[in-house]
Amino acid sequence: MTPEAIHGALQQRFGQAVTAFEADAIDPTVTVEASAIHDVGAFLRSEPGLLFDSLMCLSGMDYGEETSSLGVVYHLHSTSLRHTITLRVEVPRQDGVVPTVCDIWRTAEWHEREAFDLFGMRFDRHPDHRRILLPDDWEGHPLLKDYQVQEFYQGIRVPYEGDPPEIGMDVYRFQDREDPV
Amino acid sequence: MGLETIFGSGFITSQLNKIINWGRKNSFFPLPFVTACCGMEFMATWGSHYDVARFGAELPRFSPRQSDLLMVVGTINHKIAPVLKRVYDQMCEPKWVIAFGACASSGGFYRNYATVQGIDRIIPVDVYIAGCPPRPEAVLEGLMLLQKKVEGEDVLNRGAPIMVNGQAYSEDRLVHVEPPVDHRADQVVASHEGPGVHPWQGFEETERR
Repeated sequence: MTPEAIHGALQQRFGQAVTAFEADAIDPTVTVEASAIHDVGAFLRSEPGLLFDSLMCLSGMDYGEETSSLGVVYHLHSTSLRHTITLRVEVPRQDGVVPTVCDIWRTAEWHEREAFDLFGMRFDRHPDHRRILLPDDWEGHPLLKDYQVQEFYQGIRVPYEGDPPEIGMDVYRFQDREDPV
Repeated sequence: MGLETIFGSGFITSQLNKIINWGRKNSFFPLPFVTACCGMEFMATWGSHYDVARFGAELPRFSPRQSDLLMVVGTINHKIAPVLKRVYDQMCEPKWVIAFGACASSGGFYRNYATVQGIDRIIPVDVYIAGCPPRPEAVLEGLMLLQKKVEGEDVLNRGAPIMVNGQAYSEDRLVHVEPPVDHRADQVVASHEGPGVHPWQGFEETERR
């Protein structure tokens, strides 16, 4: 099935929930309403003629200050019919929630945890909604564009900018002193 | 040790320094704290080809309580940094630390929030081995530098400044290992001009300040 046909099938089924379509992108992308993503996913997975059985990738996105929105991008593939489509949802930065798709594609469970870990995306009805890579007591979500790195983690200095080796080392560098003891 | 507490710091202690340090420097029990690809070079160095048993350090102990040389081999990120600190704290004195490779020494090319920019933000380091990853020759040179350092230590006052290769090092335990490739090139050049002696063919005398 071509991306245009897939978009057509989605529009016929979901109508207003399908908001945009980029046909000439490298990955043809269908943008859908965040609240509809679970239904769209279930439809794409089970509909004969679509059969998207593989969620290749699920990424978090930060669309920046101007739009003030976060997003999730789903790369789908059908191993039996060998066609591919990309879905995209966009939610407001504050209190934006995306329904989970991990009951449709099991692999989404860890991908959504990663999106939460690095972007702070909230996924509704996720069975295990916690960080996956960073420590549980880490502050902030590092891939957000307005991320501020914390000063200390468990007593160890974290920032790396403006902290050349000299700052940490001058107490150690005995042989460089004017008057070595 | 018990004897030096009885005799205090006198003639006997200075001789005890020699024999105790001789024992210590030739029987390191390394604890490999391997987190990344440098571990491959660690394994190569500890394999039969490079034969680290020549330096008496061939027996890695995987318990911090049984080891006296902590080898931090690879990238240390903030998630594992408290673990590394705890492992160091669990080791008994005397203990030494080698930062193995660029990441352990300075964070390497990982200039980001996740990576500790050098393990000397957490624990004191005796020898930094440069390289990404360092070749086994560099590792052996680092190990021999640490041996020289241990040889010059005062058993009763391990913080006293020591001379290693004409440079003074103090309690803070900083010894730089430069990439060995420069030395090798010098040696090749020198060997063409005259009878070349590789620096590893003999130890230099360790002086005390």
